[in-house]
Amino acid sequence: MPSIPARAEAAAAPVVLSLSRLTVTFDTPRGSITAAREVTLQVERGECLGVVGESGAGKSQVFLAVMGLLAGNGRAQGSARFLGTELLRLAPAALDRVRGAGIGMVFQDPMSSLTPHLTVGEQIAEVIRRHRGVGRAAARAAALALLERVQVSDPERRMRQYPHQLSGGLRQRVMIAIALSSEPQLLIADEPTTSLDVTVQAQILALLAGLKRERAMAMVLITHDFGAVAGVADRVAVLREGCIVETGPVAAVLKAPRDPYTRTLLRDTPRLDAATDAAGQAPGTSAAPRVAALTLTDLTVRFDVGRGLFRPHARLTAVSAVSLELYAGESLGVVGESGCGKSTLVRAALQLLRPAAGRVVWMGQALGDLPKGALRALRRDLQIIFQDPLGSLDPRMTVGEIVGEPLRVHAPDLDRGARAAQLAAVLRRVGLTAELASRYPHELSGGQCQRVGIARATILRPRLLVCDEPVSALDVPTQQQIVTLLAQLQRESGMCLLFVSHNLALVRQLCERVLVLYLGRMMELAPAHSLYTGPRHPYTRELLAAVPVPDPDIQPARLARARPGEPPSPLSPPSGCVYRTRCPHAAAVCAERIPEWEELPDGRRVACHRWRELP
Amino acid sequence: MLSYALRRIAGTVPTLLVIISVSFCVVRLAPGGPFAQEQALPPPVRANLERLYGLDQPLTVQYAHYLRGLLRGDFGPSLGQRDFTVSELIAQGLPLSATLGLAAILLAVLTGVPAGVLAALWRNRGADYCITTLAAVALALPSFVTGPLFALVFGLYLRWLPVAGWQHGAPRYLVLPVLTLALPVAAYLARLTRASLLEVLGAHYVLSARARGLGAARVLWRHALRPALMPAVSYLGPAVAFVMTGSLVVETVFGLPGTGRYLVEGAIDRDYPLVMGMVVVYGSLTLLLNLIADLIYGALDPGVRRE
Repeated sequence: MPSIPARAEAAAAPVVLSLSRLTVTFDTPRGSITAAREVTLQVERGECLGVVGESGAGKSQVFLAVMGLLAGNGRAQGSARFLGTELLRLAPAALDRVRGAGIGMVFQDPMSSLTPHLTVGEQIAEVIRRHRGVGRAAARAAALALLERVQVSDPERRMRQYPHQLSGGLRQRVMIAIALSSEPQLLIADEPTTSLDVTVQAQILALLAGLKRERAMAMVLITHDFGAVAGVADRVAVLREGCIVETGPVAAVLKAPRDPYTRTLLRDTPRLDAATDAAGQAPGTSAAPRVAALTLTDLTVRFDVGRGLFRPHARLTAVSAVSLELYAGESLGVVGESGCGKSTLVRAALQLLRPAAGRVVWMGQALGDLPKGALRALRRDLQIIFQDPLGSLDPRMTVGEIVGEPLRVHAPDLDRGARAAQLAAVLRRVGLTAELASRYPHELSGGQCQRVGIARATILRPRLLVCDEPVSALDVPTQQQIVTLLAQLQRESGMCLLFVSHNLALVRQLCERVLVLYLGRMMELAPAHSLYTGPRHPYTRELLAAVPVPDPDIQPARLARARPGEPPSPLSPPSGCVYRTRCPHAAAVCAERIPEWEELPDGRRVACHRWRELP
Repeated sequence: MLSYALRRIAGTVPTLLVIISVSFCVVRLAPGGPFAQEQALPPPVRANLERLYGLDQPLTVQYAHYLRGLLRGDFGPSLGQRDFTVSELIAQGLPLSATLGLAAILLAVLTGVPAGVLAALWRNRGADYCITTLAAVALALPSFVTGPLFALVFGLYLRWLPVAGWQHGAPRYLVLPVLTLALPVAAYLARLTRASLLEVLGAHYVLSARARGLGAARVLWRHALRPALMPAVSYLGPAVAFVMTGSLVVETVFGLPGTGRYLVEGAIDRDYPLVMGMVVVYGSLTLLLNLIADLIYGALDPGVRRE
């Protein structure tokens, strides 16, 4: 693309930010590392540029360099002009008049990006006083108005609260309020929705899209998610290993990508609207009567929330009366927002947590009644992989020791040769080369670590594999590979799969049936195909509507319909139907009675008073 | 905040009781007794003495007696220095030790914390290397080396300050002992502050505050410093209690009549009431100062108050 820094200098030029051959390098003890190479791009007034790439592609570093926020060993060369001013060679004091004033920035993790010991009001007002030069009272009033603009409920009270007292979505709204506080000409949002739930993601993206329209400011949206780009951005730049590989209007790039890397990224982005259901390919989906392998009956898990020595303990019901059957060879997805109890549910099913009530029956045996030794022997059939691929591996053990450990516990009589053969076989099965066996976890990539986790869980050929958010810490192409691997392992071995995820598009690819949880209660359980094409429960509908679709023709309209609201605290759930406080169809009966878990003629189940009346 | 403080204060009472009970038993478990001397006392004399101090009673009776005394503020008579009660001994020594300790802590905070902040801000530059090296040396040198060294240099060679003595707390006499006592504390505070400020400066919220153009001074002062001081605050609680109850080494080197020697002398002489008195004073001070440190902690970090 052409670089036109000369034109950008004119005061009335529409170009707000212009990068020309921007190169970012880091000096490390092992030599210099290039994070971004000769990046040239521009952002015009009223335009949103989506910057897409995998983690490590250098997309954040480019814009940290623009802001003069590189780490101490980082260097930026080239040119970054903001309204004609060269930022890379600006003195710190002059730079501080641009940062936060001309350019606002929103970061990925809103918890760690707000100062923990200052109230929300103090942090917003501080920026206003600094850049607008107004007094304390005026700054407070302006902060209040900003909180209202970013749709924070009860802003007076929020002003006095600390960041840890707010939900993730509220914190990100506060971050946006701070970034907007001096009416910047450019807003840089660095993965603003990555750590948020899908419903809150949609709300925040809708807010950003609205602000861009309303203020005609330029915006940069850094993300790895084409769905986010499709809803908000006008143009896209795709970064790979520090270089721009493709740039163009959003419709052109997303619908007719020219670069092979962009094509790969797009292909690996799971799409809700793509009709690739797991059902049909997976075994055991025939109409023949099926055997329940795992049965949960009225499973309830409670946690005591400690309130100190002399204060009463609070009770939190994380999972409330969940009943379901997992059939032999079946894959079942468990979805819901964070805090809905999906991880707690599967952990209680494996007896890793003690349920407060209810029964877990595995192959006819009630796990809660088993003596410890018998339960441990059964564990070879019941395995689990976790969300944090690196954190779930012992850093002081080699890959071979980690993967082989279950054999030492459950098959101690195996001789050395047989053990080595099994180890080699399982590594091959999960797509790892044999020489990785002598490596340590920190030498591996995230995807490789998760493969190690899968190898460890499957070396004993378990009959149930629980996957607790196994891909949410991974890049999009890696996510796709891991899901493909899990599907293939399941097809080969016929094991049951219990797949917990907040990514509904991935669940659709892998699972035959899906359970939707909200505040620890079952909302809907249905075959994947019918759940995704005709959701019955209003909450399922909201979840599905919030999933971003990487299609610029549809996504802006979907965003515009994003519904407000976040789950209430599980410490004080609403009476009756727990979803009623967010439900657009709530009626009087919903506050009075907990809805029945009804079985529909087509085999799906739903807990809603009003599903019959819904369109 | 007030209810948090009250709850914490109520929580210290059982802790103190446990400290008293355990030390009461341990002290008496040690072989020997207050009247075991090189030349053994004639048995009748010894029996008389033991009866006089109630040492012939069963341990439980002695314990109950001791607790009753404590409630009245009576630590009992000293068995080693027969003309004095323990209360009198502590009243003689504690003002000196406390003055010395408080001055040392004040000096240590005023030098150590800024030194740590500067070292963090100038990380891996000359000033940082100077401060971290000095701190390492100061921590490595025991006070029976630094004390005489200071006395030698500033007292004998330069003749600026007196080498020993107290003179009712005349400031000139305080300087060298305070310096000796403060040095390792300041060094440790500098290291703690440096490490924790470096960590905080790398935190996302500091990056985010810088991105708001608040300016380096304000980012440091308002966003980074408070959380960076947490480790120093939690170290200071026990440190203050330790220096205030007297350092045997410093008081011996500078010939100061503080309480530092009581614990050692009392233990060697099996002077049960003296040892117990010191334990009670030191224990209560430690608990009190830990409590204060926790309250400061709560003021610095709103997250703690909630718990």
